[in-house]
This record gives sequence, structure tokens and C-alpha cells, in this order.
Amino acid sequence: MAGYSNGFLGKLGIVKSPGAPVPHRKHTTDCETVDMPVPATVSICMQQHIGAPCVPVVKAGDQVFVGQLIGDSDKYVSAPIHSSVSGKVVKIDTLLMPSGASAQTVVIETDGKQTPDPGIKPPVVNNREDLIKAVRDSGLVGLGGAGFPTHVKLNPSSESKIDTLIINGAECEPYITSDVREIIENSWDILSGVYTVSELLGVKMAYIAIEDNKPEAIRIMENIASKDDAHGDIVQVKVLPSRYPQGAEKVIIDQCTGRRVPPGKLPADVGVVVMNVASVATLARYLKTGMPLVSKRLTVDGSAVSQPRNVRVPIGTLVKDVIAFCGGYKEEPAKILYGGPMMGTALASDEMPVMKQNNAILAFNAAEAKSYEPGACIRCGRCVNACPMNLMPTKLEQASLHNRPDELKKYNVNVCMECGCCAYVCPANRRLVQSIRVGKMILRNLGK
Amino acid sequence: MDRKLIVSSSPHIRGVTKTRNIMLDVIIALIPAWIASVIIFGPRTIVVTCATVAACVLAEYISRKVMKRDNTVGDLSAIVTGMLLSFNLPSGIPIWIAVLGGIIAIVVVKQMFGGLGQNFVNPALAARIILMTSFPTAMTTWLAPMSWRGADAVTTATPLALTAAGTTDQIPDYLDLFLGLRGGCLGETCILALLIGGVYLVVRRVISPIIPVVYIGVVAIFSAILGQDPLTQILSGGLFLGAIFMATDYVTSPLTNKGKVIYAVGCAIITVMIRVFGSLPEGVSFSIIIMNILTPHIESLTAPKAFGIRKEAPKS
Repeated sequence: MAGYSNGFLGKLGIVKSPGAPVPHRKHTTDCETVDMPVPATVSICMQQHIGAPCVPVVKAGDQVFVGQLIGDSDKYVSAPIHSSVSGKVVKIDTLLMPSGASAQTVVIETDGKQTPDPGIKPPVVNNREDLIKAVRDSGLVGLGGAGFPTHVKLNPSSESKIDTLIINGAECEPYITSDVREIIENSWDILSGVYTVSELLGVKMAYIAIEDNKPEAIRIMENIASKDDAHGDIVQVKVLPSRYPQGAEKVIIDQCTGRRVPPGKLPADVGVVVMNVASVATLARYLKTGMPLVSKRLTVDGSAVSQPRNVRVPIGTLVKDVIAFCGGYKEEPAKILYGGPMMGTALASDEMPVMKQNNAILAFNAAEAKSYEPGACIRCGRCVNACPMNLMPTKLEQASLHNRPDELKKYNVNVCMECGCCAYVCPANRRLVQSIRVGKMILRNLGK
Repeated sequence: MDRKLIVSSSPHIRGVTKTRNIMLDVIIALIPAWIASVIIFGPRTIVVTCATVAACVLAEYISRKVMKRDNTVGDLSAIVTGMLLSFNLPSGIPIWIAVLGGIIAIVVVKQMFGGLGQNFVNPALAARIILMTSFPTAMTTWLAPMSWRGADAVTTATPLALTAAGTTDQIPDYLDLFLGLRGGCLGETCILALLIGGVYLVVRRVISPIIPVVYIGVVAIFSAILGQDPLTQILSGGLFLGAIFMATDYVTSPLTNKGKVIYAVGCAIITVMIRVFGSLPEGVSFSIIIMNILTPHIESLTAPKAFGIRKEAPKS
């Protein structure tokens, strides 16, 4: 558990104090989620997860209903995709994603009726296999941002002895409040999902981990977790210090259990499964209703947005429609992000659709989007001090800029999770994360 | 799609501390010692400091221009170098020597190696050593403290020179040493003022206290072992100036905390060895320069283990 606090010795600069003092900017914590009316069209991408892309199982002209399967894959690491609206498929299009890759997308013209698929009914779950199948059928992926298919995560190899479940409600990214709203609005869904998953994995301990800047969420969760005695005393609310990147998977495992996931290993290798609060609540709702993952709660904020708020939108809604629902642009946007400002992805256009793993859309005005010219590295060591993975970002940057694969390996470039702490604290505005990404690519291209 | 959006790599927000703020903090931290030097050695110290600062800033501006590189005067690092250099000179130094020192520090030691962040030794210290070997008399003619008020300038010897000569009875008492009432370079004598600057830098999180504390501490212990008076040893010479402001120079000291400890211990041992066994009375400048050169090696030996790599894990 040691090593991730900003204690007295860390403040004095005698020991490392990992993480970065990023601003919280949780303006929308008290904004109750509003349902957005169905937009005229949605564009549902076939790649909304880590793994193999889905292939559309509908064609132009088909009538679709809410919750109907429209894309699937026969690969294990993938997750099916469902229609978020009722209406008619207009075309199967190609979408250029922020990563630079292309994916197919199903464009649907909505009829506004939101008729559910008549086939939808709660899944029958009698055993472990049924439950894993149900998880896959729900289309659930890690909603914290990674988008890893949940049915794969919940079906670890038999060698790994899972004894701890961690529900990640840290939400350490600035601006984003969609998870804290999930806790406040749907605490019972979360708890019910926690019990289901705990039983499935046979864990002894389930932590619901929340940063201490969300007192209401902590109070609600502690209240209901203590009231329910039927399941024994396995659920514990873990209050964590609010310090970015508290919600990073390896960091939160270390904080809750004191176990450190070695480089190249998975949480399951240290006996832990981590799920996001929204993922576990969505799973609970699916088991109750049979309605797969078709809508998503988003925090819409940033200096260019008129009415920052939390909205629930059908997956596939275009970013510009979401922003129009939030009062439109207050100022001309200079940068639009999927996700938070530390790890989010900048979009080239506001005509991109909302994906399963999105939890925020931020639109920044020119002042907030200001990019700084990098200066010379003065070797101040702030990046080394800030790195939660104990790396030396400045060395990695130099190795990357000078194309030195041996040094990239020596300094463990692949351990970097791109949390952005190094670049945030760099007084010379160096593009450390960008260079480190290039460094990873150098090794990948060499097949190392 | 008529709207033009910025697409860049994350993170999309940045902290507020910039290189210029850090340099400004160092300048602020140097001011108490500078004021003390004006009181102790008289108004001529103002002329010396202004000369070295002006020489450094101009040298930086012109050399960058000649090398067709962007102008970096705005990062304030040349002002820091200029101030530190003047702190390492006797107050009576001929101005042209001070100016020459500034030019050597910036052009030869800093810009010829690539500018800020690329110099492998501390520019101000390297310049001081070059001046000391080139102009030994001018560099070791010390004005007696407070003598500037009198009609004639009185020169004196430094406490370390007195120690080396065996005339320890002429060394000022501890209080005078602490307040800086002794012969020496203009910015090195007032320990009180240097401490105020050091505490400011630690509180502002510009420097870690590791290097100054270990450096001064080990000098005290090691001098005592060798039979010297530890208090006189740490209060004399350029130890506090060197330990707080020169050895902590980011560019030429190790990035890792473990490396900082090794580096500071090395500085301390070499300092005491030179003082006790060397023919020079003072060794702070040389010891820091030697450890500057070892910094890359210390750093690669003390690289931290990445998260999750176990200490006893066999090397693959």
C-alpha cells in the first residue's frame, strides 16, 4: 500500500510522491442525469471495444428495434453491438476513428418510438456458463474507458485464483462525474452487480473504491453496504485519497490490496478483478431486464459548452447532437475530447458518435485548448517524481527521440500507462507522453 | 466539416510551474545572500553582480543569435548563472575579469554544449575554476568584512586559509562566521542568508533538501573524523552556497533520490579531502565539478525499479 501518497516526506521532496496535482473541476457532481431525446440519426460503430471488430448483421433498409443485435463477431475477445434506437438502417458506412484506424458503422434513421426488440427478456441464469454467456450477450465492455470485453475479464483462466474484486469508483480524471452520478443514482444496481460478480468469481473480498472528494457517494454506498447482511460481510467501501491517477487499474489494486501487478501481467495474476462502477451496475440491470448496453451516461463539460451536465444518450449519438442538447457551444470550440483532459482523445470533428466506453465529452475554447511550445529539458526530475509506475519519463523521451530501442527496453517503456502525470508537471512543456507512445511503437515495429 | 479542431496527444492540460517560474524562485532565493553581501562587502558587490549578470545575459543572447538558435534569455537561466558566478568571486575583483567569467560560463560551458539542460558541469562553477587558475591573485584577494566603510580597503585571509596556515586563533567566532563577518567570496559568507534562501527553495519545492543536508552533514562528520573542528569547517568556505545553490543544479545532479544521496556524499568527501590533504584551502568548487561529471553514471546505476518489478527478481 505504500508508495502512493503525498505525505509529509513527499511534500518536502525527500521521498517520491507519485501522481500529479491536477485540478478536480468536478462542476457537474450535483447535476442529476438527464435523458437526452432520441436524435434523428445515430451512427453505431462496430469497434467499441478492445479486440476483434464486429461485423454488421443488418443491412441498409432493415427495420431495427431498441436492443436488437446489429453487430457480432465469432472471435472470443470481442463484444456484440446492439441498436440503441428503433428505426431504419440507412447505410453501412466507414468511420475514421481517432486512433487513425477505420471501422464500419451502422447508420440508423430513428422513428422516435423507441420500440424495444420483442425478443428482449431477462436471461435465464442457472450456472456459471449461463452467466458468462449472459454477460457476453449484454454487450458489456469496461465502461471506465478501456472497453475490454467484460465476459473475457470475468472468465479468467483456472490457474489464476481470484480472491478480490475491486469496483473502481475513483473517477480521478478532472471534469468527469458520470461514475459518481451512477453511485448516487443507482447504488442498489451497483451493490446487486457486486454480489453477482462476487459469487461468480468466488471472491472473499469486494472493495468499492471511491476517492475522498465524493463524500455523498461514499455515504450512500457505505449506508447500503452495511444494511445488507444477507451476503455476509464481503463488501467494503474503500475511501482513497483524491490524487490523480488514483483510478488507474494498477494503482487502485495497489491501494486496495497492497499487491503490485508486474509488468506485462494482468490483475488476475495477482488474484484481482477490477470493474468500473457503471459496468457492474449495467450488468445488474441487464440481468433484471434483458436490455443490453444501448445507452450511456456522459459528463458534458468544458469551457465551450453552454450547459455542462450529465446526460444519458443512446450509443451512436453524434457528439454535435449531444452538445446541442447541452445548450450548444457557448464559444467556438478549439478542442473536443472523448473522455477527460489527462487521458482523453482529441477528436478531429464533432460528427463522431458516442461509443460504449465513453464517459465524457469535453469541449474547450481556444484559451483552454492552448498548446504550449516545448522548451529544453532542465532535468528537474519532476516527471520522475510524478510517475506512478516508477519510470524515468525524461529518459524514455530521449530514447524515443533518438530512436534507441535498447534504452527504451532498459527503461521499461511498455510499463507506461500514459496517465500523463509526467507531461502535466513538466515545466518545459515537453511532450513526454507523445514521445513515449512513439517509443512503444518503435519497439512494436521491431517486434520486441 | 468547416470547423477546425486541435488534435493533439494527451494530456490536454498542463501544470502552472514553468521553467521561468523555477528560475525566478532561484533568483528570489539568492536575494537575501546578495543583500548580506552588500552590507558586508559594500556597494561594489552590486557592480560585480550587475556585471556578471549583464555579461551572462548578453553572452546568451549573442551566442544563440550567432548559432542561429532561438532566443532563450526569457527563461531567466542566464540571470541565475550570472548571480551565482558573482557570488563566487571576491568583491574586489576587476570588473573585466568578472565579465570574462560570465562569457566563459555561458558561451563555453553552456551554449557550446547545446544550451540549457545540456551542459555537463555547472557553468558558474566551471567559470570560477577557470578564473581561479588564470588569475590566482585577483581571485584570492579578500576584502575584510565591513572594511569598505573605512578610508582604505583592508584585505584579510579566509578562515580556511587560516586553518591551512595553522593560525586558527585568528578565525572569527561561530556567530561571526554564521553572520558572514569574515573574508571570502561575496555571496558565500552569510550562512544565515543562504539558509533563508535554501528554506525558501525547499518550501517552494524547487529543490529537494537531500543534497544540501547530506552534503553539509557528511562534511561535518568527515571533518570531525579527520580531527578538524566540524562547525568551523561547515561555516567556512563556500559550503553552504555550494550545497544549497550549486550542487542542487538540476542539470548536473542526479534525477533519482538515491543518486542524490550518493552524489552529495561524494561532494562532501572530496571537499574535505581537498581541504585537509590538498594544497588548496577550499575544495567545494572542484568537488561539485567532479561529481557533476559522475552524475550520468550515478543516475544509470540508481535508475528506479519500474512498478511491480520485484527486487529479488532474477535478471532475464
